[in-house]
Amino acid sequence: MAQKTVAGVNLEVTDDGYLVDPSQWTEKIAKEIAKEENIELNDKHFEVIKFIRENADSGLTIRKVGKSGIVDIKGFYDLFPGGPLKMSTKIAGIPKPTSCV
Amino acid sequence: MAEKKDTQVKKVAMICAKGTIEDVYATLVMANGAVMEGMEAKVFFTFFGLDAITKKYMNKLHTGTVGNPAMRMPGGLPFPTILGAIPGVEAGVSVMMRSQMEKLDIPPVDEFLDMITAGGGEIYACKLAVDMFKLKKEDLSDHVIDIITIGDFYAMAGGEGSQVIFT
Repeated sequence: MAQKTVAGVNLEVTDDGYLVDPSQWTEKIAKEIAKEENIELNDKHFEVIKFIRENADSGLTIRKVGKSGIVDIKGFYDLFPGGPLKMSTKIAGIPKPTSCV
Repeated sequence: MAEKKDTQVKKVAMICAKGTIEDVYATLVMANGAVMEGMEAKVFFTFFGLDAITKKYMNKLHTGTVGNPAMRMPGGLPFPTILGAIPGVEAGVSVMMRSQMEKLDIPPVDEFLDMITAGGGEIYACKLAVDMFKLKKEDLSDHVIDIITIGDFYAMAGGEGSQVIFT
């Protein structure tokens, strides 16, 4: 566990940078974390992030996001290059998913 | 004290030579896991592993019910090999296994290949095995980039942080 100040808010984060308390999340924080991952968030990103936050407790998988009707899997990879599920969940302020698919 | 230095795995080249549910899914899960982590993944299907990329068979893979000591009945009792030899048992067990996987959001083989290639993973078929089984390019999944030799495959398997995995 570590402390980190993002967008002027003091946050508790895990060693790999995931928010410990998802309720602290704001869009501003998302933008800051995304910047660290070299992603400039647009409306499509936020649509996906919204879906991810709403389904945080249901065992998220890439497949589920691909069936969300928001993006297909290819689109998901394009939005969050180099690890869509781990990156999008970090930006969405929810725990790192434990899924292998 | 010596400093521990790990080289990160950046690329996996995988070879799948068997066509049972468990062998094929081990390969697919590892390949998909690699692209999910932002790694490069290339998969070479050969011998019975070709079933996994043959349109006719890919979604109808079986698990062996004969000579499989890890096979158990629901509830944990051992599954006698002699039962596994009865016609239809292997098919029934295989259907059950596939439905269990679906519950865990593990997709059928064709959809799994969609996922892997959507993430940039590459699928190849072994020329020797394709010739041996008298298959043609059109018998294979559209995700198969090419039918190549193992030499061709090794040629694209190199680079720093790359690993060859045989399942």
